[in-house]
Amino acid sequence: MIAPTGVFPVKEMPGEGRRAASPLLWALALAAVVPAAIPIGYLVWTVIRPGGFDAGGFSVERLLGLLAATTLLAVAVTATTAALGLATAWITTRTDLPGARIWSTLVTLPLVIPSYVGAMTMLAASGNNGMISQLLESLGLPPLPVFQGFWAAWAALSLWNFSFVHLLTVPVLRRLDPALEEASRGLGASRRRTIRTIVLPQLRPALASSSLLVALYVISEFGAVSMLRYETFTRAIYTQFGGRPDPTPALFLAGLLVIGALFVVLVQQRARGKVALYSIRPSRSVTTVRLGRWGRAGALGFLVGLVTLALVVPMATLAWWAMRGLTLGNSPLSVLPHALRSLSVSAVAAVVIVVAAIPVSILAVRYPGKRSRTIESTAWLTYSLPHLAIGLGFLVLAVRIARPIYQTLVLLVIAYLAMFLPQAMASLEAGLRRIGPHLEEASRSLGVGSWPTMRRVTIPLIRRSVLAGAALVFLSVMKELPATLLLRPTEFDTLAVRIWSATSELFYTQASFASLTLVAVSFVPLYLFVARDLHR
Amino acid sequence: MRRPLVILSILAALLASCADGDSSGTTATPPTDDLIVYSGRNENFVSPVVEAFTEVTGIEVSVRYGDGTSDLAATLLNEGDTTDADVFWAQDPAWIGVIGEEGLLTELPTDILGLVSDAYQDANGEWVGVTARSRVLVYNPDLVSEDELPESVFELVDPEWSGRLGIAPGNASFIAFVSAMELVEGPEATLAWLEGMASNDVRTYDGNGPIVDAVIAGDLDAGLVNHYYLLQRIADQGEVSARNHFFAPGDTGSLVMATGAGVLSASDNREAADEFIRHLLSPESQEHFSVNLFEYGLVDGAPTPQGQLPLSDLAGPDINLTDLADHLDSSVDLIAEAGLS
Repeated sequence: MIAPTGVFPVKEMPGEGRRAASPLLWALALAAVVPAAIPIGYLVWTVIRPGGFDAGGFSVERLLGLLAATTLLAVAVTATTAALGLATAWITTRTDLPGARIWSTLVTLPLVIPSYVGAMTMLAASGNNGMISQLLESLGLPPLPVFQGFWAAWAALSLWNFSFVHLLTVPVLRRLDPALEEASRGLGASRRRTIRTIVLPQLRPALASSSLLVALYVISEFGAVSMLRYETFTRAIYTQFGGRPDPTPALFLAGLLVIGALFVVLVQQRARGKVALYSIRPSRSVTTVRLGRWGRAGALGFLVGLVTLALVVPMATLAWWAMRGLTLGNSPLSVLPHALRSLSVSAVAAVVIVVAAIPVSILAVRYPGKRSRTIESTAWLTYSLPHLAIGLGFLVLAVRIARPIYQTLVLLVIAYLAMFLPQAMASLEAGLRRIGPHLEEASRSLGVGSWPTMRRVTIPLIRRSVLAGAALVFLSVMKELPATLLLRPTEFDTLAVRIWSATSELFYTQASFASLTLVAVSFVPLYLFVARDLHR
Repeated sequence: MRRPLVILSILAALLASCADGDSSGTTATPPTDDLIVYSGRNENFVSPVVEAFTEVTGIEVSVRYGDGTSDLAATLLNEGDTTDADVFWAQDPAWIGVIGEEGLLTELPTDILGLVSDAYQDANGEWVGVTARSRVLVYNPDLVSEDELPESVFELVDPEWSGRLGIAPGNASFIAFVSAMELVEGPEATLAWLEGMASNDVRTYDGNGPIVDAVIAGDLDAGLVNHYYLLQRIADQGEVSARNHFFAPGDTGSLVMATGAGVLSASDNREAADEFIRHLLSPESQEHFSVNLFEYGLVDGAPTPQGQLPLSDLAGPDINLTDLADHLDSSVDLIAEAGLS
């Protein structure tokens, strides 16, 4: 038996290749990604039909321009979120900063703010009539320019997504075995070399999957980029969908987007590295770095600044609108039914999706190979698609061959499964990588079957990752809009639908009640299942 | 880990059942005596009218709101004859025309068609205009002087407007306006105009509302929008530094568009559907549209929105609104070709 802690090259991974995955596991994993394959199938089917090659008036030059703009934003946001998330994770786990756990919770909370609500508050703060501008004006300062274009989109998507990186890297940083780093230093390696050869390789899988979550999200994002007036590929796809009866050009463009996303997924599968970190429990807790007085002030300043921008400013703006709404006599109780609908459908979807993600993640981590990578990639590709394209795929299919579930919650939850499976996978796979296969091997060698082993050994060990994955999915379903609008049962208007319908006519006070409710409802599972457990 | 998940599932199921209690939401086919309306119009404007309808007639209504009109139209195009919808209430004449051309609408009774002038209804009598809105140039008087104001939308490609204008190229009303230009001036002239706007560094927004807000704030000089956004802002905020400018009569820029409603051929509730459309054209509803939405009612005696020219003084280009439907695809192509989408 190999020691329970360590860094192993994947090829010598214990247990690897000794037993094949059970057919049932394959069947369950396949079933879990069938919904994700549906929109891609619909896309391919539309594009390969005669007349399907229709770029809808876009010149090649313009398409390349949009592609470049989208790539630039995705790269910039991914790099920024990685830097911010790593910094917050490191400060809150590896330093002696007081109140680290509170800070760690605070920096996960921006996840409850939908990017489009964040963008809305950014617009309300800036420009000649903006709230911050008026504040500056009363101090005799010039107004802020309108937040728009690349920098605004970059800031919005970075601020409201970096928490993914924080969430997925904190557990790794906390479980790094200090013995490895000490050995490296003891053998004469510099601190920098130790970080490069010991720490970073162990962080790579978590960093790679959180970066993929962020990069593909940026590619598919519509609400914030269009409000902030940055022209991306997905924005063009929405314009095509909304503008004309023939969906072909929009789907053709979405097809191009999928090819781009495929490239990103392949890069990620390479980048997550050929090293696996297994550690049940480090023999000792990690060594903390003593921040000097200046270091402490710097770290504190960074965290205060980040939390102010990502959390305090948008919440204050929403609260301000809500106050105005209350004085105008609007009742916040009017969003109660919407809150119940959002809460119930999100909870159901979170449970369904996290359960579906278990077999996919076990296959991907324990039985790496071409077939399991294909299953995994299918889920990730759909994650990069504009939600409108996913919704339309399900609508077209359900109307024709699954009429009984059309415009029901069943179809809606299946569509959510197609959209958000990778979020649960990212969390589960990180958990599986941490525990390593040796306990499962021990169980198997004691004569326990693969199925009971999964139930009695694997799943209890990754319990926290399961709950964290469910919470992430819950948050995303709460915020989802385009597919919900298209597929929901008639009159099943959720909080996101309410926010959208109020903001599209700029009823900010009404939107604020729904937004604040959404934030409050999202906070509970995020805190209970994710933030609270991060530092246990 | 099982226990929290089990508890969560039970909780979710419970919640789903109570969320279901206040709407007919979770079932595929809402009770058949409910009238099902697909509404491309915003909930805030629609729900008072729907409530009044139920109060008067006792007929319960389920409303499906879309993201504007186009996604409901796409839904209807896919549902075809199997749709549960009884009424389609669109925000724009082109999209309801598309549904009509697919043969999904049925002819309305003559008493309904007789209420509205021929200019604001379908040539085949399959949809009727409920309200009208006009395209305008909204401008900030601090940034645009009166003598700069153009007679024609074609003047906006002149260099003096460079970098000062906003449009919403994905917005249905803008696309309908481009379709109208195509009908009147032909595709070449329309593309030339769009390219002229693009090389004039026109700023693109995701809707009319943000353009009007940017103009009010002085972040933008002027923009092409529908007339009522500014009036809603004035009602909400009091006097603001923005005004609507109407182009010369007959200019494409002053297109007047109907928002229309029609009954689906597949409706199993024809009488109630007709009754609903009659209700939209009733004096009370027409007044609601003009007083609260600042759109023009189309039935005789409907009040003119406050601070607006009367409908009879507006003169858009000489086109038939029914013809817009055929030009949506080509207009979106042209907008993309000009690099604006």
